[in-house]
Amino acid sequence: MNIHEYQGKQLLKGYGLPVADGVAITSADEAEAAAASLPGPLYVVKSQIHAGGRGKGRFKELGADAKGGVRLAKSPAEAAANAREMLGNTLVTAQTGPQGKQVNRLYIEDGADIDRELYLSLLVDRETGRVAFVASTEGGMDIEAVAHDTPEKIVTLSIDPETGVTPTDVAALNSALKLDGAAAQDGEFIFPTLYRAFVEKDMSMLEINPLIVMTNGRIRVLDAKVSFDGNAMFRHPELEGLRDKTEEDAKEIEASEWDLAYVALDGNIGCMVNGAGLAMATMDIIKLYGAEPANFCDVGGGASKEKVAAAFKIITQDPAVKGILVNIFGGIMRCDIIAEGVVAAVKEVGLQVPLVVRLEGTNAELGKQILNQSGLNITAADDLDDAAQKIVKAVG
Amino acid sequence: MSILVNKNTRVLVQGLTGKTGTFHTEQALRYYGTKMVGGIHPTKGGTNWQGSEGETLPIFATVAEGRDATGADASVIYVPPAGAADAIIEAIDAEIPLIVCITEGIPVLDMVRVKARLDRSTSRLLGPNCPGVLTPEECKIGIMPGNIFKKGNVGIVSRSGTLTYEAVFQTTNEGLGQTTAVGIGGDPVKGTEFIDVLEMFLADPATESIIMIGEIGGAAEEDAAQFLIDEAKKGRKKPMAGFIAGRTAPKGRTMGHAGAVVSGGKGDAESKIAAMEAAGIKVSQSPARLGATLVEVLKG
Repeated sequence: MNIHEYQGKQLLKGYGLPVADGVAITSADEAEAAAASLPGPLYVVKSQIHAGGRGKGRFKELGADAKGGVRLAKSPAEAAANAREMLGNTLVTAQTGPQGKQVNRLYIEDGADIDRELYLSLLVDRETGRVAFVASTEGGMDIEAVAHDTPEKIVTLSIDPETGVTPTDVAALNSALKLDGAAAQDGEFIFPTLYRAFVEKDMSMLEINPLIVMTNGRIRVLDAKVSFDGNAMFRHPELEGLRDKTEEDAKEIEASEWDLAYVALDGNIGCMVNGAGLAMATMDIIKLYGAEPANFCDVGGGASKEKVAAAFKIITQDPAVKGILVNIFGGIMRCDIIAEGVVAAVKEVGLQVPLVVRLEGTNAELGKQILNQSGLNITAADDLDDAAQKIVKAVG
Repeated sequence: MSILVNKNTRVLVQGLTGKTGTFHTEQALRYYGTKMVGGIHPTKGGTNWQGSEGETLPIFATVAEGRDATGADASVIYVPPAGAADAIIEAIDAEIPLIVCITEGIPVLDMVRVKARLDRSTSRLLGPNCPGVLTPEECKIGIMPGNIFKKGNVGIVSRSGTLTYEAVFQTTNEGLGQTTAVGIGGDPVKGTEFIDVLEMFLADPATESIIMIGEIGGAAEEDAAQFLIDEAKKGRKKPMAGFIAGRTAPKGRTMGHAGAVVSGGKGDAESKIAAMEAAGIKVSQSPARLGATLVEVLKG
C-alpha cells in the first residue's frame, strides 16, 4: 500500500524525525491561510499523487511553459495563486504514464535553505534477506539513473535484524553521505530511528529523496515516499485510514475486496488464471501471439465459486476487454469450481465477447462437462499454446 | 535416487488440524503412503487427528515433542500467515532438518527474522509461499497434485506452483518422468534458492536433465546461471531447459507473488533469459513447450 508524501512525513514526524512544518489542503481557498500559518518566508507547494518525478512533471491543461508539480512561493498569496493553477489539473510525470494523474491535494510546506541534497532509502534486500539502507551523495535525482551511470556513488548497507542499527552502521552511513559535525550527530539519531519506523510499521519501502543538509549544517527529510507490506496490514489497523482509494484503479479495488491478485493492463484480452506464475505466463503467451492482455488475474489456490464469479465479472465489465481467456491448471484449485463460477457469473452479467477456456488437472473432465452443459458459447482449448492462439484469433 | 525427500522421509504437520492441513495430509497419506507421522497443535497435544477415510495421526503440543516421539526429519507448515514465521522458528529450534512452508502472505519482515535464525541453524527451509516438494511414488510434501507425476529422470525447480505442474505434466507426457520436483516459492525472502537445488540435482546420479522455471524480480536466476557456468568449468553439467514468467509485466507492479516485481531497474525477464541462455539453458518462449524444449535439448 502506497501513501502520500504528507502522510509519510506526518508518520516520520511522530518518530521525532526532522521534517518541515506543512499543511495538506484540498481547495485553493485554504492555501493562503495554510501558508500564513508556517514560519516562511519561503513556501513549497507540492502535488500529492502516488507517483514520483513530480517536480519535472507537467500539467496537461496548462501550457508547456507552465511550472511543474512542485513549486516555490515567496508569499502566502503566491502560494495560493499556484494552488489555484495546480488543483484539479492532471499532472503527467515519468512515472504516471501519458494519461497522468489528477491532483486533488496539495501539501504546502515551509521552505528550507539547502546546502546539499542526498539520497537515502530503506528496503528489504532480497540478496541478503535483510533490511538495507541505500545511501548516495547524489540526491534529488532519479536514483535508477545514478545506479546506471555512477554505481560507485551508491552504498548499500544491510542491517543485522538481531542487533538493529549499530554505531558502526551509523558511522558507515555518515561516511557514505559525507556527513560531519552537527549533520553527523543528527545521523546518530536519524538512521536508527528510520530503521525503527520501517520495522515497526512493516514498510516495504521508505525513500527520502532528497535528504538535505541545510545551510545551518542540520539534516532534514525533504521528501518521503512510503509504502507498506500489504501482507502485514492485518497487524496495522492504524494505517488503514492512510489508504487513498482515488489513487487506485476501480477494478483493482474491487478485486482486492475479494482478495484476488489483479493488475489492470492496457490490452484487450481479459485473463483469469490460477497461480501467479501461470498468470504471468498467460500474459506473456498472449503477447507472443501478437495481442495484449487487459489484466493479470490470479484467482489463487483455494478460490470459492463466488470468488471465481467475482473475478470473472470484474474482467467482463472492463469495456476494453474484447475476449477472455480462462487458463487453469488445477492442483488444489478444482476445475469444476472454476466452471461453476464462470457459469454463475455469465448468468448474472451475460457474455458479449468470445471466451476460450483451458482446463487441466484436478477434476478437469467434470469442469469441461459443466461448461458444455451450460449452453454458453465457449471455445475449449487443449493446452496453453492452443488457448492463446484461439483467443488471439477470436479478437483479431 | 531423488533429492530432499524419499520413501523414508518422516513428516510432521504444523497446522494439521485446519481445513487445508487436513485435506493435504489426506492427499499425502494416499500418495504412495507418504510417511506422515504426526501433527502439532499447542493445546491439542495428546489427542488424535482423523482423516476422512479413517486415517489417524497423533497430535503433539510442540514440534520438539513430535520429533522425539516420531523421529521426524521433516515438517510441513500450513499455519496461517500471522503465525507462520513463529511456526518456522519453532521447527528450526527443534532442529528439524527439512522445513517446508506452504503458507502464502507472510509479512516480509517476519521472514527477515526467520532468515537470521535459519542462517545460524542446520535446518533447510523450502518456501514460504511454495507448493512443496515431491519425489514420485515415494513422498509428497505440500500441495502438488500427485496424479500428474511419473517416476523418471528430470529434476524440476521453480518459483511458481502452477508452472511446476505444467513442467511435471509435460515431462510425464513426454515419457521422461521426474526424480524430484521442488517449489522454492514466490516470496522475496525465502529459505532455499535455485543454486541450492541445482547443486543437489547436479549431484544426484538419477537426475539426467533439469527444468528451471523462474520469474521476474530479484537476481536469483542470474546467480543460478553464474553458478552453472562455474560448475560447467569443473566438468559438472546436465542438459537444461527453462522458462521465465513475466516478460510482459509492467515495471514496479507486484504480479501476485510478493517477489514478482521489477524494481529499481532490476529483475526484468530479458536479463534473466539472457543469463540463463549464456549458461547453456534452452529457454522456452512458451510455457506450453517446456517438455518439448527439454526433449529437443536431449536430442542435441
